[in-house]
Amino acid sequence: MHRLYLVPTLLINVVIILIPALLTIALAFFRWDGITVPSFVGLGNFEALLGDRVFWTAFTNNLIWTAIFMIVPIGMGLLAATMMLVARRGSTFFQVVYFLPVVIATAITARVWQGMIYSPVTGVFGLLNRMGIGIANPLAQPSTALYGVAAVDLWHWWGFLCVIFFAALRQVPQEQIEAARLEGATFFQMMRYVLLPGIRPTITLMMVMTIIWSFLVFDFVYILTQGGPAFSSEVLSTMAYRNAFYDLNVGQAAAVALVISCIGLVATFFYIRIQAREHEHEAG
Amino acid sequence: MKLVESRTTLTITYVVLGIGLFVALFPIALLVLNSLKPAAQIVQNPLALPDVIRWDNFARAWKDAKFGQTFFNSALLTALTIILVCSTASLTAYVLARRKVKSWKIVTFYLLGTTTAPIQLFLFPLYFGGAKLGLINNVFFVAVIYTAIYSPFAVMLLRTYFLAVPREIEEAALVDGASHWQVFTRVMLPIVSPGILTVALIIGLYSWNEFLIATTFLQKADKLTAVVSFFLLSGQYSSDWGEIMAAALIIVLPVVILFVLLQRRFIEGMAGGSVKG
Repeated sequence: MHRLYLVPTLLINVVIILIPALLTIALAFFRWDGITVPSFVGLGNFEALLGDRVFWTAFTNNLIWTAIFMIVPIGMGLLAATMMLVARRGSTFFQVVYFLPVVIATAITARVWQGMIYSPVTGVFGLLNRMGIGIANPLAQPSTALYGVAAVDLWHWWGFLCVIFFAALRQVPQEQIEAARLEGATFFQMMRYVLLPGIRPTITLMMVMTIIWSFLVFDFVYILTQGGPAFSSEVLSTMAYRNAFYDLNVGQAAAVALVISCIGLVATFFYIRIQAREHEHEAG
Repeated sequence: MKLVESRTTLTITYVVLGIGLFVALFPIALLVLNSLKPAAQIVQNPLALPDVIRWDNFARAWKDAKFGQTFFNSALLTALTIILVCSTASLTAYVLARRKVKSWKIVTFYLLGTTTAPIQLFLFPLYFGGAKLGLINNVFFVAVIYTAIYSPFAVMLLRTYFLAVPREIEEAALVDGASHWQVFTRVMLPIVSPGILTVALIIGLYSWNEFLIATTFLQKADKLTAVVSFFLLSGQYSSDWGEIMAAALIIVLPVVILFVLLQRRFIEGMAGGSVKG
């Protein structure tokens, strides 16, 4: 009887995610414009990708993105979380403020940065320019566009990690901290030997999630630069979107989606293994 | 917790935390500040306080972004998604937490797996298939898509609430002659209702803010969500940034107020669902 309880969730999941995902896998081997009958091209879409400079730019950009997000927001989050632990007072207030950017819609965050910070006309960058401090709009330069977008996502994201790390840090057994203190550990020794090892599972999980999320990044790139200028900030997900809905090359888009999924699959394998350990642990 | 607490350490600590505050608040302050200013003054200096407060920015934003219609669309979409997610996920979470079926392990890992699937993996067939079936610009269809995407998260979060309910309560009800369905609806659901409320808040936040699916599937002017309508308004070249920031504030304000009032639920829910599994 209880099997029936699973039906609504699984039915929706299968219809919306599983079946279309299987179709996408099939589509990757076809040429299709979304309207006429698809024609089988074997590995043609993948061969085209290998020879496509934009694909390699997008792929490299995803790797750069992953590297940035493995280091900067995790570092910022850890730093702020440990500082909240030291300060003790006001941690709720700091958490709420740091978390605010997480609850603001991506489309709005993107426009605020675009118009109020980066813009040479209406933004702070423009104001600095008029004051004689030469600073270019990072979104307009091929060499900096990706980093300009990444900065916005960083702002939106680090508070989430901070809050998660803070929650984990509070679970570190009090006795360990007390013992280290009695032995005269400095702050850095405390971090190195007690706090960081204490929350290692959380840090590992967030790193695995960072890899997965970094290959899914879409909103900020699509809104801020559409992958431009000259495809310099293109990532795989915006490339797939453009292939499907602007170039009407759905087979190609499906091939890109498969590439994203394969990378995600490897990371997901580790994610599920970590989660499985947690589940065994809590359900006994 | 007592770490090293010399005066210098504390000073450095608060300086670092203060920098964090500044980083988080600076763009938000720009948003609020400039929503009150005429466009000409923003061009002069986005950091300056407004000379005159331009409340009419809000009136124009409301009209140009058609918030009368698009707020209703967003609210309807959000409400539908919350109802669908909460009703389906609580059933699944109960069964998985109590291991009522032999396949609980496979189902759990399947759901965990789909949380990491890229939207592009199923977006294209869904769109072109949906177009064939006339489901584009259908709010209910988008709510179902959101449900598929968000319910694994909801299931994992609710599961932890069901796990915390002592088995004895359930068994006692069964002994008293309650059916399985009654045990679930009359006994379990009321106990886990705080969890359901948390899920509703977070799923509501996600659906309200969502961009990619909404912009792809709801394109007709009278079907747009508030966020997409804002996106289109702010993408025009002849942009009045005072009006755009006012539109942004109108969308953000209810979310931020709700978040600040119920911050503990939001934070614990978002952190719990993604970390603890």
